[in-house]
Amino acid sequence: MAGTGKGTITGVKERYKAGVIPYKQMGYWEPDYVPKDTDVIALFRITPQEGVDPEEAAAAVAGESSTATWTVVWTDRLTACELYRAKAYRVDPVPGTPGQYFASIAYDLDLFEEGSIANMTASIIGNVFGFKAIKALRLEDMRMPVAYLKTFQGPPTGIVVERERLDKYGRPLLGATIKPKLGLSGKNYGRVVYEALKGGLDFTKDDENINSQSFMHWRDRFLFAMEGVGRASAATGEVKGHYLNVTAATMEDMYERAEFANELGSVIVMIDLVIGYTAIQSMSKWARKNNMILHLHRAGHGTYTRQKNHGISFRVISKWMRMAGVDHIHSGTVVGKLEGDPLMIKGYYDTLREPRTPVSLQHGLFFEQDWASLRKVMPVASGGIHAGQMHQLLHYLGEDVVLQFGGGTIGHPQGIHAGAMANRVALEAMILARNEGRDYLNEGPQILEAAAKWCSPLRAALEVWKDITFEYQSTDTADFVPTPTPA
Amino acid sequence: MDDPQTNKEMLDVAQAFKDSNIQEILNELDRELVGLQSVKTRIREIAAYLLVDRLRRGAGLEAERPVLHMSFTGRPGTGKTTVAMRMAQILHRLGYIRRDHLVVATRDDLVGQYVGHTAPKTKEVLKKAMGGVLFIDEAYYLYRRENERDYGQETIEILLQAMENQREDLVVILAGYKDRMEEFFHSNPGMRSRVAHHLDFPDFTLDELMQIAELMVAQQRYCFDEKAREAFREYIRRRIALPDFANARSIRNAIDRIKLRQANRLYSGGATVTKDDLARIDAADILKSRVFLETPELDGSEDAARTGQP
Amino acid sequence: MRITQGTFSFLPDLTDEQIAKQVAYALGKSWALNVEFTDDPHPRNTYWEMWELPMFDLKDPAAIMYEVNACRKAYPSHYIKVNAFDNSRGWETIRLSFIVNRPKHEPGFSLVRREAEGRNIRYTVHSYATDKPEGERYSADGTGSAVKR
Repeated sequence: MAGTGKGTITGVKERYKAGVIPYKQMGYWEPDYVPKDTDVIALFRITPQEGVDPEEAAAAVAGESSTATWTVVWTDRLTACELYRAKAYRVDPVPGTPGQYFASIAYDLDLFEEGSIANMTASIIGNVFGFKAIKALRLEDMRMPVAYLKTFQGPPTGIVVERERLDKYGRPLLGATIKPKLGLSGKNYGRVVYEALKGGLDFTKDDENINSQSFMHWRDRFLFAMEGVGRASAATGEVKGHYLNVTAATMEDMYERAEFANELGSVIVMIDLVIGYTAIQSMSKWARKNNMILHLHRAGHGTYTRQKNHGISFRVISKWMRMAGVDHIHSGTVVGKLEGDPLMIKGYYDTLREPRTPVSLQHGLFFEQDWASLRKVMPVASGGIHAGQMHQLLHYLGEDVVLQFGGGTIGHPQGIHAGAMANRVALEAMILARNEGRDYLNEGPQILEAAAKWCSPLRAALEVWKDITFEYQSTDTADFVPTPTPA
Repeated sequence: MDDPQTNKEMLDVAQAFKDSNIQEILNELDRELVGLQSVKTRIREIAAYLLVDRLRRGAGLEAERPVLHMSFTGRPGTGKTTVAMRMAQILHRLGYIRRDHLVVATRDDLVGQYVGHTAPKTKEVLKKAMGGVLFIDEAYYLYRRENERDYGQETIEILLQAMENQREDLVVILAGYKDRMEEFFHSNPGMRSRVAHHLDFPDFTLDELMQIAELMVAQQRYCFDEKAREAFREYIRRRIALPDFANARSIRNAIDRIKLRQANRLYSGGATVTKDDLARIDAADILKSRVFLETPELDGSEDAARTGQP
Repeated sequence: MRITQGTFSFLPDLTDEQIAKQVAYALGKSWALNVEFTDDPHPRNTYWEMWELPMFDLKDPAAIMYEVNACRKAYPSHYIKVNAFDNSRGWETIRLSFIVNRPKHEPGFSLVRREAEGRNIRYTVHSYATDKPEGERYSADGTGSAVKR
């Protein structure tokens, strides 16, 4: 009988008979499908339940993330349903990991509202992650068509314009998060801002959970911090900034805080990832309108990005945030205290900064992505890094990055000002050496030692933190080992 | 300082010469340029001088870097630009310039048309050449005695300044006809005093020109047959007598025209051709040249003078 | 005070040899270079005066050093910087910028505060140097040492 095999049922009568049929046969598995240039493509890592055919699991994911429900509905026939069905078109076993499969699924552009991360994510990660037929599911990568990208504003400022506004070129920017993150009064807080900026940092930063608590209400923090910024700018002749965290309970509150930061002449405001995609996009529009750099702290991402079998890869979050439009995003340090495999981090950084990324499996980039001139996002490296690692930081992260030395500035034995200076001197010495063509990665320690001869704060910093490294196994790592291609 | 040990330390000149790979360039020059024995000898001498100068400075016997600006005189097509290119390579290999590039300029590139135009123009060319060699062809055109307000004077002044102050960064080679260059140096003594090496490029002899022609023809995968060879020799003899003769350049142009005539002959011949036909140049391809119409038959005395034979 | 704009202001002033190496780095990336000078180093003073036009297609740092030295000769007491410009798609901006000359005495800036309602303050960074007219700043006798071009 026609259409009752393993593949899609083509006979209309059979296909729309009331009842339950496998997703594969409903038209969500199309191994011959060639994705269109305008399709959104998602790559999932699927761990099917015991006994579930991987192709059926992939079809189910395609179905549940697009048009399907658990049973046949005749109302499909009122629509151009073949267009709207997502199509799983490829399933490959994950190398070296039995029981897991990479499934590629294509979605027609018409499934998505223009310029809305919320709408797109409601489809792609909406229902499907709780689906019973699969044990675990992870969104590894997505290919955004140029046509779709063009409906997003992207970063309000971007690396190029940020540098032009700050008049800072040719080196990573330097920052520090004010510590302790909770408990300081506004007046003491501003002191740390002033000392760190005057000492040589470009930015200081509120931490993710500093909003408007009893020990320091937000207006107080903003006023004192901006006094520190202004004083430091006059003391150095440089543009300085403090990421004023405007994260709050409601959009109204956030706008109010952002407006106040604007009134005070701040060049940058900050939000947390936990405010949600829609709030991020709103703040992005506000930032573009007000010439403000928008810093995003990825608070909360570790809950779903870290484990390899379930959740969302951070490179997908990076992609979404470039579309939603942030200027800075924390994306790993390689050498610091937080999770970060060097290969994976290169994938994130490329996603944020490059105009086009080619397929690079070892970096977790499954698709070629043309960014359609969406501006570049400045990655931020923060957490457990210090001046003694400057050569490694420059090697792994490049020059378009904010290096944030919180403890590495404020914990300096000679004071915050000295801590900041140590970082800046280490950085400039390393850039000078790199540009002179020296093998700065290997000669890094000598380059730092030479600068420490005339810069006592750097000498002290190297002494205090000389043995500090964080060498733990990464959990989120590459599935593909780079193999040398035969000559 | 005066440790006799150090003073007697052996400096291996031969090894230094070998290390610099200069011989390679000299060989190439030999392959590339027929004749020019006097020029080649001078270049060898200059290379040796620079090599020894480098050793002397390494040994602390010399502090100042020698003046390297040069003048190349000779008629067009005598190989001045080619030699200048090789000279840039030699200077580069010996570490006297940082890169082996050669920037060629004439009056038009250097001198402006109105007030305030010349200095930026000259500086632009100087900056492009820095680190390498600036070759100024027909340098005497920079100076126009008949016009006191000529902007060329400004170029000469800037050039002189650079030749003096940027000796580390720039080597200038001034080139042109011998008599006119002498006149130029005569009216610009400052220029003369800054030029260390004068190289004169003699005209090629008839035999040398014939050799050059054979070389060019072979390089382009053509060949003369015996009659053609005779005809071409006769062609050169007549061509030399014409006022615009430009040595190797005239030979190259003549061969280009001969190739055209050969192609036309094969085309109008209509019939099938062999590979040999495609390569062979006939006497007819040469004898159709206007040179044979415009010049009288010579008696051979010119030939004798050129080849240096009695 | 010492103005710390530019990529290498926290290091001891670069020697000409060090400057030439940075220029060589920029040339190696096919960036165009230019020289700019000012006697108003306000952090928001984007447009310093250009010394000649930007230099394209040059091969050797000596050419840029030639202009740096010419600018220093004309404006010995001004701030002078070298910029390297990248015209490739997605950049089209300065990629390296560093100070190569600065006045002996740098008076710096004051922070002018205008108090507003609710403890709000409007800040202005004011350059002491700009209290004098252009061309008369940064000289011992106050008459200006800059040579007019």
